[in-house]
Amino acid sequence: MTDAAKPLNPDEAFRPPRNQWWDVWDQFKTHRGALAGLAVFVSIILFVLVGPMIWQVDPGQLNIRMRNQGPSWDYPLGTDQLGRDLLARLMYGGRISVAVGLVAMFLGLVIGTLIGVLAGYFKLLDSPLMRLTDLFLALPLLPLLLILVALFRDTLARTFGESIGVFFLICFAIAITSWMQTARIVRGDVLALKEREYVLAARSIGTPSLRINTRHVLPNVLSPIMVSATLGIASAIITESALSFLGLGFPPDFPTWGRILYEGRDWIEQYPARVVWPGLLISLTVLSVNYIGDGLRDALDPRIRGR
Amino acid sequence: MLSYTLRRLAFAIPTVLVISLIVFLMLDMAPGDPTGSLPLTIPLEVREQIRQSLGLGDPVMVRYFKWLYMMCFVEPLHILAGLTGWDIAPEGPRILSWQTRSPVGDILVQRVPQTLWVVGLGYLFGILIALPIGVISAYRQYSWFDQAGTFVSMIGFSVPTFFTGVVFILIFSVWLGWFPSMYDTTHVVRDWNSFVFQAKQIAMPVAVLALFNASQISRFMRASMLDNLNQDYVRTARAKGLGEKTVVLVHVLRNSMIPVVTVIAIGIPTVFTGAIITEQIFRVNGLGDALIRAIYVSDWPMVQTITFIFAILIVLFNLIADVLYGILDPRIRYD
Repeated sequence: MTDAAKPLNPDEAFRPPRNQWWDVWDQFKTHRGALAGLAVFVSIILFVLVGPMIWQVDPGQLNIRMRNQGPSWDYPLGTDQLGRDLLARLMYGGRISVAVGLVAMFLGLVIGTLIGVLAGYFKLLDSPLMRLTDLFLALPLLPLLLILVALFRDTLARTFGESIGVFFLICFAIAITSWMQTARIVRGDVLALKEREYVLAARSIGTPSLRINTRHVLPNVLSPIMVSATLGIASAIITESALSFLGLGFPPDFPTWGRILYEGRDWIEQYPARVVWPGLLISLTVLSVNYIGDGLRDALDPRIRGR
Repeated sequence: MLSYTLRRLAFAIPTVLVISLIVFLMLDMAPGDPTGSLPLTIPLEVREQIRQSLGLGDPVMVRYFKWLYMMCFVEPLHILAGLTGWDIAPEGPRILSWQTRSPVGDILVQRVPQTLWVVGLGYLFGILIALPIGVISAYRQYSWFDQAGTFVSMIGFSVPTFFTGVVFILIFSVWLGWFPSMYDTTHVVRDWNSFVFQAKQIAMPVAVLALFNASQISRFMRASMLDNLNQDYVRTARAKGLGEKTVVLVHVLRNSMIPVVTVIAIGIPTVFTGAIITEQIFRVNGLGDALIRAIYVSDWPMVQTITFIFAILIVLFNLIADVLYGILDPRIRYD
């Protein structure tokens, strides 16, 4: 209210139009945890993407004579029980873990958004799709994931090759068990949005449903989708590591952080570093992503933004 | 309220049935076969007879309904008979585990107590830690206590249990040597010393679960308290001259507990499934451990049964949470 009483400064009044994402960024910057999270997440991404180009050691290179070494100049983090370099394994493992997180999140997001929009926009589909969502929410997810991986791992590995088959199986399994929250949030927002005047206006000039959704509805549900995307990355990385930790993830010659942790578990008394490094990387990634999610939620909320 | 409960129940039972059917059909497509692990010298006819004796000759749907009948009727009665000594166990076949060739129900009866102890204590301690932290964090918002509490709960929420568990083992059993790193399930509590040993060996798995649950619940508790602290009725209570203690602990806390109680109820089944990992770390031979082992050796009847139990737990506690919400909050009316 007090803003209106201020005399209008012509320079301010006629400032050039500004992309609203700059406002989001301005708000995001004020969240210290989110900034720190972003910094950590970017450095982890750099570690796994650029790292192997600088530290050019084959993570699968066996060297039995150099097994169980401590940190040295040749092996900065030491070697494992087969003489493989831990640093290189962590870098390559991180690639797979982060890639699984991103792909699974994206797949889950697409499924969730599609079902959410369909259920919210088309009245006829609402009830069956929401029953389906309820059904999925009632599934025991971790046991089901374990069963899915155990059942289809060998078949898919045979048809698509060891790495690609398992990679897509795990991404797909995580996605199919994690889209429900997104669908519910999107449906709720779409239900409210489709009653707005601008959607009515668009419909009255004959815009087809598909274009109303892509042009008028989806951009407005983007913020909850983005928040659930960040949380989705975190939970996908945790799920993949948990699967690997239970021995039902990637095959042994594919190092993922969960797999390295699982293998290090047996050597914990002699070589604790082998467990601590992968665990620390998983935790840092998830923690940073969660903080980014927190910051994004605040930044994308117009009630908080600008205060 | 009653009609709402009945309507929810009417939806819950088909949900459980559909889930069990999905899992059954999925497992039916599996390449695993109970005769696969037998020696190759066994002739094909004998192999076929073994398959028949395990009930694999019938069509899928017949087998599903047989399994359902045994799961919902035969096994519970056998378990009840075993517990009470009554002679009510029906005759006829039971669900046989492929790996041990013994009834699944008997194995589960041995496994459930360990899981209940570890998971139950973990959840209970988690709630006991979370509630006061959530209340104080919200009451003193942005104080150092709140900052520290929020940070710790963010960490507890982000660090996966398989890493906390391993770190606990590293610190408390490898370096300090306070607690055993493996859970000895054959241990029987007879006197004070054996009780101390039991408390020691259960301490770490319980602590891991309690930390994880506490961080989740305290976030909810804090948010819920913050929602209520600015309400008009709080100002009214203060204006009446009520003490700060009464205002916060009676008026605000009771209202804030409504969503938290439902969250706690919904969380119970997730804790059961999440405990699979904790059981695996500390080698507790509970329900989750039975599931993992059964998956490793393709023992599908066992997997099917445990998954079904988890599904029932989830549906049941969701139902309880919804009904509780209606009972606790008179503003909520299900028409």
